[in-house]
Amino acid sequence: MSNGNIVLHVADVHKRFGGLHALADIDLAVEEGKTHAIIGPNGAGKSTLLNVIIGKLAPTSGQVIFDGTILTGRKPFQINQLGIARVFQTPEIFADLSVLHNVMIPALARRDGMFKLNMLRTLESETAIRAEAEHMLEDVGMIARKDMMAGSLSRGDKRRMELAMCLIQHPRLLLLDEPTAGMSRHDTNTTIELLKKIKSRGMTKVIIEHDMHVVFSLADKISVLAQGRIIADGTPDQVRGNPKVQEAYLGGAH
Amino acid sequence: MNANLMSRNDLVLLLGFSLVVLTMPIWLAPLGAGYPDLLQRFMIYGIFAVGFNILFGLTGYLSFGHAAFFGVGSYTAVWSLKLLTLDAIPAMVLAVIISGIFALIIGFLCLRRSGIYFSILTLAFAQMSYNLAYSVLTPITNGETGLQLTLSDPRVIDAAVGHSFVGQPIPTLFGTPIGGYAGFYFCAAFLIIAFFVAQRIAGSPFGMMLKAIKSNQTRMQFTGFNTRPYALSAFVISGMYAGLAGALLAVTDPLAGAERMQWTASGEVVLMTILGGVGTLVGPVIGAWIIKYFENILSALNDNILARFFDVLPDGVDSFLVKVIGKFVGDGWHLTLGLVFVIIVIFLPGGIMEGVRRIAAAFRNRGSTPRTSNQTQAAE
Amino acid sequence: MFEVIFLQFLNGLDKGAAYALIALGLTLVFGTLGVVNFAHGALFMLGAFCAVTVRMVLTMETVTIDPEKLSPWGTPLEVREPLMQAWLGDFGAVLVNYSVPFSILITIPIMLVVGIALERGIIKHFYKRPHAEQILVTFGLAIVAQEVIKSIFGPNPIPQPMPTDLRGAADIGAWLGMQANIITYPIWRLVYFLFAAVVIGAVFAFLQFTTFGMVVRAGMADRETVGLLGINIDRRFTIMFGLAAVVAGVAGVMYTPLLPPNYHIGMDFLVLSFVVVVVGGMGSLPGAVAAGFMLGILQSFASMNQVKAIFPGIDQIIIYLVAVVILLVRPRGLMGRRGVMEA
Repeated sequence: MSNGNIVLHVADVHKRFGGLHALADIDLAVEEGKTHAIIGPNGAGKSTLLNVIIGKLAPTSGQVIFDGTILTGRKPFQINQLGIARVFQTPEIFADLSVLHNVMIPALARRDGMFKLNMLRTLESETAIRAEAEHMLEDVGMIARKDMMAGSLSRGDKRRMELAMCLIQHPRLLLLDEPTAGMSRHDTNTTIELLKKIKSRGMTKVIIEHDMHVVFSLADKISVLAQGRIIADGTPDQVRGNPKVQEAYLGGAH
Repeated sequence: MNANLMSRNDLVLLLGFSLVVLTMPIWLAPLGAGYPDLLQRFMIYGIFAVGFNILFGLTGYLSFGHAAFFGVGSYTAVWSLKLLTLDAIPAMVLAVIISGIFALIIGFLCLRRSGIYFSILTLAFAQMSYNLAYSVLTPITNGETGLQLTLSDPRVIDAAVGHSFVGQPIPTLFGTPIGGYAGFYFCAAFLIIAFFVAQRIAGSPFGMMLKAIKSNQTRMQFTGFNTRPYALSAFVISGMYAGLAGALLAVTDPLAGAERMQWTASGEVVLMTILGGVGTLVGPVIGAWIIKYFENILSALNDNILARFFDVLPDGVDSFLVKVIGKFVGDGWHLTLGLVFVIIVIFLPGGIMEGVRRIAAAFRNRGSTPRTSNQTQAAE
Repeated sequence: MFEVIFLQFLNGLDKGAAYALIALGLTLVFGTLGVVNFAHGALFMLGAFCAVTVRMVLTMETVTIDPEKLSPWGTPLEVREPLMQAWLGDFGAVLVNYSVPFSILITIPIMLVVGIALERGIIKHFYKRPHAEQILVTFGLAIVAQEVIKSIFGPNPIPQPMPTDLRGAADIGAWLGMQANIITYPIWRLVYFLFAAVVIGAVFAFLQFTTFGMVVRAGMADRETVGLLGINIDRRFTIMFGLAAVVAGVAGVMYTPLLPPNYHIGMDFLVLSFVVVVVGGMGSLPGAVAAGFMLGILQSFASMNQVKAIFPGIDQIIIYLVAVVILLVRPRGLMGRRGVMEA
């Protein structure tokens, strides 16, 4: 099973909030180019795990290793510059800026790094970045709304734009926190198609999802989290057949 | 013009702005404000507000300490005029550099925290600077009396090139004394340059990053930006603007006192910016002009003038009006200022520019019949 | 040497107590409402001017001209008769003498009303608006308050006498079994310190032992959760704002004999209390109190002549220097929680 190259390794991570053991003994290996889904009932610790990976929370013990680099202790912007981007459960966007600028900013982060005193050029002269952003917006089907204020978009469009903001950075690892929550069936299907398309480009993805339809149509591998522990791990078929999972999650939920 | 330098809209705005500024002595004369002294202050506080807006308006960091940089600029300029030369240019350059360094130190400390904490810290450090200027550093600032030029100043550069002056020393520009309308045009040139630079910053990728920080700091960090050096750059740039404004005030009126570093002075620039319109380019300048204009008119009024003005009214009424209005003019001008501050924040947080936009929108809607109203909205 | 240090320690207590009281109110409001109240210093000032007003009222006099007697200049002699003595006799005289402590009784309801009106009338509407606007509106209110006071009471400080029985100095050294007249300490400063200790103790006890206080503490920790429990947290927070206003107000009243109040006393103390909050840690009540006393005492040591001889003017800036060190070494403050306002 470990024939692929492990790009993300969560090693023995624990996270305690006061008396609450939010994550216990988490071991996770994500293979390069694969889509790894993390599922589990509400409060199982899925978002906490993502926050630990991305540097928003420090683990109580254990380490996160990305492509040989230890992420633990690094700041979120350093982690992003290593090639990890994240779509949030509630979209984190620049509500006061236009859709086009929202997508140009991450592109500039990739080109210019974590800080550049770039005030001698005008935005208009950044034609290459602009073209790239417009191309990206076309990919997610939002080119018609490029001049709208991001804050006035519908919820589904905000999520799609946030996805575009992550994709334009060509991250090596993309973390998706319920990318289709609150979307209509149609929008969900469009998003699945989009995610399949980028999968063919070889991007590694970790996805948290409630919607089993989304999980089983995208995931190469699934880890099941319950009460802060991984209770099952394997291909979709293995997980589907695992009685422990059915008891803890699928059976309980449905 | 080259698209690399400036967009067409920005160019039109810059030219229009320059025209309005340079013709001020003409169109302000009927309003009773066409004299050089006041016009110079319009320019100086315009620069102060434009710079403040780069930090508050673009980046979203509310500083209550910018008067400190204004004061540092003033002191530096006066020292340059005293020690080096009466020429204004070295004074201005030194003032901008020193206030920039000062802003770098204070900004570094204050930006270790964000949000409300940042505002508190800037207020505290500005008050510390004021205390230093007022008492501790008296040898440098001349404390309560204020720092001024004297005949016996060394002025080493002037002495070296053999310039000598007779009478009260007056700052010069390449040998021409800076005073009256010459002083106004000197300041106006700096305001136009300051405006141009602010335009460039706002229209650059760097400016977009500042706006993005204001909009969503979390997303910036998860997008791979280290937001602290961005905020610090904005802080230093606006500190340099404040230093430039302070230096101009010292050059046109060579006296630097500690009171211009007090928190009330910092509050005034905050008010100018929000009164005009936070985050807009022109708004802060308009805010500065309006406040300085009304300060000039209202603070000069006293009960005698009011009494003459209301003389036509019946006896009881006029003395009552004089008594009430007298509380808001003259020394009470700051009360008016405070009330305007509160009212603007509560009812029109976008300032005058927001008001103009609302009125324009209302007119456009009324002007167009219901048949076309959908189209106008779509066009916006 | 020990005596000198002990004396400076005592000298710092009263100022420290004032910082602690103001910082306590600031922290209560920030912790519960999430708003930094730039008008909090104005509340301290309003309290002080309540004391001024009460004294003015108590010392009102009737002026009658006695035609029988002539002054040395040959004009009819004005006879001034204090109203309070005329009406209430000896009790009136006592009232005038104890006008400052007596003012507290009047200040408490006034500050409660002012605080609640401020919160319900203005600040309430700013909870959902950006932090910058919350700061701006309270800052504007602070300017208005101080300018109103200035236009009523004028720009100069107005001295308030302390009760005659509490003037003079207490020989604390002798109390502690040391040589007499070495460590003497003005009685009123001692009174102020004890008063502050009682107020601080009362606030902590209130938060610790009442149901109301428990809800408020829970709300400070996690507002949303408490809201979910169906507890009307907003009304309690309004009362907390009133309480903070009362604490600031009475702190101002009692401070008037130590420092004659003028219109900018509030802002002077507010700025220092902000530094106290930064040093103590935003949102931490014990931090605010500890840092308040610590900085007051440090300031007192810095104003010793021996210290000033080495670092001239250090007393003016010592507090800010401490803040600089804290920001560099421990940005969240001595007792601050993680994650509050971290950049």
